[in-house]
Amino acid sequence: MSALLEATGVAVEYHRRGAPALRAVDRADLTVARGEILGLVGESGCGKSTLGRAVVGLLPTAAGEIRFDGRPVVPLGLRRRAPGMRGLQMVFQDPYASLNPRRLVGDQVGDGYLLGGAARAEALRRAGELLERVGLPADAARRYPHEFSGGQRQRIAIARTLAAEPSCIVADEPISALDASAQASVANLLVELVRELDMGMVFISHDLSVVRQIADRTAVMYLGRVVEVGPTRQVWSAPAHPYTQALISAVPRADGAGVLPVELPGDVPDPARPPGGCRFHPRCPVARPECSRDDPPLVALRDGRSAACVLQTAGEAARPLAEPRPVAAE
Amino acid sequence: MGALLEVEDLTVWLATRGGPRKAVDGLSFQVDAGEIFGIAGESGSGKTMTALALLGLLPHAAKTAGRAVFEGRDLLAMPARELRAVRGRKIAMVSQDPSTSLHPMLSIETQLTEHMRHHLGLGKSEARGRAVELLATVRIPDPEQALRAHPAQFSGGMRQRIAIAVALACEPRLLLADEPTTALDVTVQAGILRLLHRLRRERDLAVIVITHDLGVMSAVADRICVMYGGRTAEVGPREDVLTRPRHPYTRGLLDALPHPEGGAATLQPIPGSPPALGAVPEGCPFHPRCGFAVPDCRAVRPEPVLVASGHLAACPPDPLGGAA
Repeated sequence: MSALLEATGVAVEYHRRGAPALRAVDRADLTVARGEILGLVGESGCGKSTLGRAVVGLLPTAAGEIRFDGRPVVPLGLRRRAPGMRGLQMVFQDPYASLNPRRLVGDQVGDGYLLGGAARAEALRRAGELLERVGLPADAARRYPHEFSGGQRQRIAIARTLAAEPSCIVADEPISALDASAQASVANLLVELVRELDMGMVFISHDLSVVRQIADRTAVMYLGRVVEVGPTRQVWSAPAHPYTQALISAVPRADGAGVLPVELPGDVPDPARPPGGCRFHPRCPVARPECSRDDPPLVALRDGRSAACVLQTAGEAARPLAEPRPVAAE
Repeated sequence: MGALLEVEDLTVWLATRGGPRKAVDGLSFQVDAGEIFGIAGESGSGKTMTALALLGLLPHAAKTAGRAVFEGRDLLAMPARELRAVRGRKIAMVSQDPSTSLHPMLSIETQLTEHMRHHLGLGKSEARGRAVELLATVRIPDPEQALRAHPAQFSGGMRQRIAIAVALACEPRLLLADEPTTALDVTVQAGILRLLHRLRRERDLAVIVITHDLGVMSAVADRICVMYGGRTAEVGPREDVLTRPRHPYTRGLLDALPHPEGGAATLQPIPGSPPALGAVPEGCPFHPRCGFAVPDCRAVRPEPVLVASGHLAACPPDPLGGAA
């Protein structure tokens, strides 16, 4: 099976006046197949949003290759997007910022159809259908964004994305700005759409527990690199990379047990000056001397996973890391 | 032992174009010294307005009723001048976003020492010495150096630690923390939660943690109050509320969370959305979204009643009672 969206060795740089270019994403690989949800997680500043924008062509790449449906993704310029690229769409985090407050919802959703050559009446009618599809009343088309709650606005933004009849969606923190109960229902909607329309989806989130729930595969990023990727169940039950382990241990559980989450000491280093060797080694609880020297590549492990850690690739320890120790108090 | 803070029948009206609207409606709870008390709820549940009412920081033209007795004196009835002496001195606040709660143009030293000098009458060098200690307490590396720096030079997690140091400067008895970790990454959040937990133990500090995140509640709170539509849905010991909830809303919030072991493909949202300000339904505010509602729920406003030791729930039909 060939991948629907495939990024290989992607690097993205931000150029700043009077400073060296900042490489926010470096040698990142990811693939998404039809009908598959790839969760992309990591701390803020790890480059997950940058990578998400690059794979849809919103940011130019400094190196590497991105292919969608067999064709190279070229960065969005001032001119109209290449027709083959309409199937690759993005959902943004903030539905308060991504919708135009002064245009009717139906017009905004219908834009995709207008660009596809439909007449306005036809575009409006089909926009109404899409709004119903995402769980909104059909008369939503004749209202303005401010009349809707955050969760409803995100549904509108999703409907607008669907108007382009995408086969792949990159959703950047699509539920983070929403209330708890709206989060669950919007996440469910996205899962349903992926299954029903046989789309691929990259679901970017800092909320690890949601990704664990809905993603088929999970990719973990740290400081511009993908450090681990694999089937969600394996990644979570037996993380291969110490950073994945640290992230999982930091998630507090609502089980009433009063267990404090495990702290990962230190801050994410400045991406303009990444540490030499393995980028995680200064914070890694199991780092060895060679970790400050060798930069480990992402290597396939035997269970369908890949990880970038010498502990795994040395062959000596292709096994899950130890369970986190329960810690009573600081 | 008497409670440090005793809130009784707190009601807050906010001024809107359509007239006053109730944001908090008859809320009662108490917090003991050294206790971490959690207030949970979705946006619009009244949790932040509760904190602002205690500090006398409600928006202009808001009105309050009820009592909030702190160390024997009613904060709601206190003249503004006396409240100013309590606020920042005895009761301090940490807000969600450390990039807005710290002044971007002032050095950390200025922000840390200003109110120590004002409230405690400390001299400049004395205040500076205390500031260094405080930064060490919240685990800022190289405190001397940090004093000369400005907020932008720190990461979000470090800024929140500094904001907590500012709040602790006058050795308050009560800390109000409104979504203190919502803007932070989980790894950083873990550090802040451990810090709050340690401060409570070392300083006998009472903390009110306001958050929508039940995982955070579970990690640090001793007791939890779940608010809905400006009222208490349920209040009780952490473990009881999270493992044996007696209000359908709490059950719904827990069911909407991703399952800790993963697996099930879909999440279970609570149908509908929380009521808007001034549009709280009659009777039980949760009844239109409740799967257990009976006709009485539409008409009779439920009061929290004792359902287990120290555990109150405002749901007279008590459909979850049998599950205990």
